[in-house]
Amino acid sequence: MATVIIPTPLRKFTQQQSRVQVKGNSLQEALEELTRNYPDLRKNLLDENGKLRNFVNVFVGEEDVRNLQNELTPLQEESVISIVPAIAGGNIV
Amino acid sequence: MLYLPSHIQEQLAVDAVRTYPDECCGFLLGTEQSHARTVTEIIAVHNAREGDKRRRYEIHPDDYRRAEKYADVKGLQLLGIYHSHPDHPSVPSEHDRAVAFPYFSYVILSVRQGEVVSVQSWRLNDNRHFDEEPVIHVTDFILT
Repeated sequence: MATVIIPTPLRKFTQQQSRVQVKGNSLQEALEELTRNYPDLRKNLLDENGKLRNFVNVFVGEEDVRNLQNELTPLQEESVISIVPAIAGGNIV
Repeated sequence: MLYLPSHIQEQLAVDAVRTYPDECCGFLLGTEQSHARTVTEIIAVHNAREGDKRRRYEIHPDDYRRAEKYADVKGLQLLGIYHSHPDHPSVPSEHDRAVAFPYFSYVILSVRQGEVVSVQSWRLNDNRHFDEEPVIHVTDFILT
């Protein structure tokens, strides 16, 4: 099973767990299982089409999945998936 | 409620003034008990925004991962993010709100002509609007 590292601001949706185990041969399958088990995570991770939201970065190992195959990135048993909030802002309205 | 010890206020101000007229940014780490948060450390990071940094900031994902890992190892909570608004009020912009995450305290420092003039903290509510979080300025003497 792959391990998903949950970032601090989303841990309230995973009963404060920072790491959860998921099954899946691809990132898409893993995210489907993750959001099935923790439904409140879904709106923070995925848009209405099931695609990763712009303000969420996902890494498999050390690699940003946008440099791999996005949601189709294959997973191994020991894969570590990191969900990383894209932190940004500024004073322009 | 967000408790800011005086040495933390000083570190935030130093970063905001040093970076002026660009926006500074970084992480707030500390402890949380019921609704009281106390910042015990900050991690200042590079504003990774390409282009005009006077109106925008971005934090590189590698910096985020390092900060969260550091907090976990030290037994601290990653409480939030700080950034500055050069020559603008310490209130969140619509852009700040649109990209904000729940849970985090967003501390904003208003810097005018190189001086910090106000510090406020904001948290996203369940309707994705910002509520102001009261900031309690405490002297280090009281905490020790």
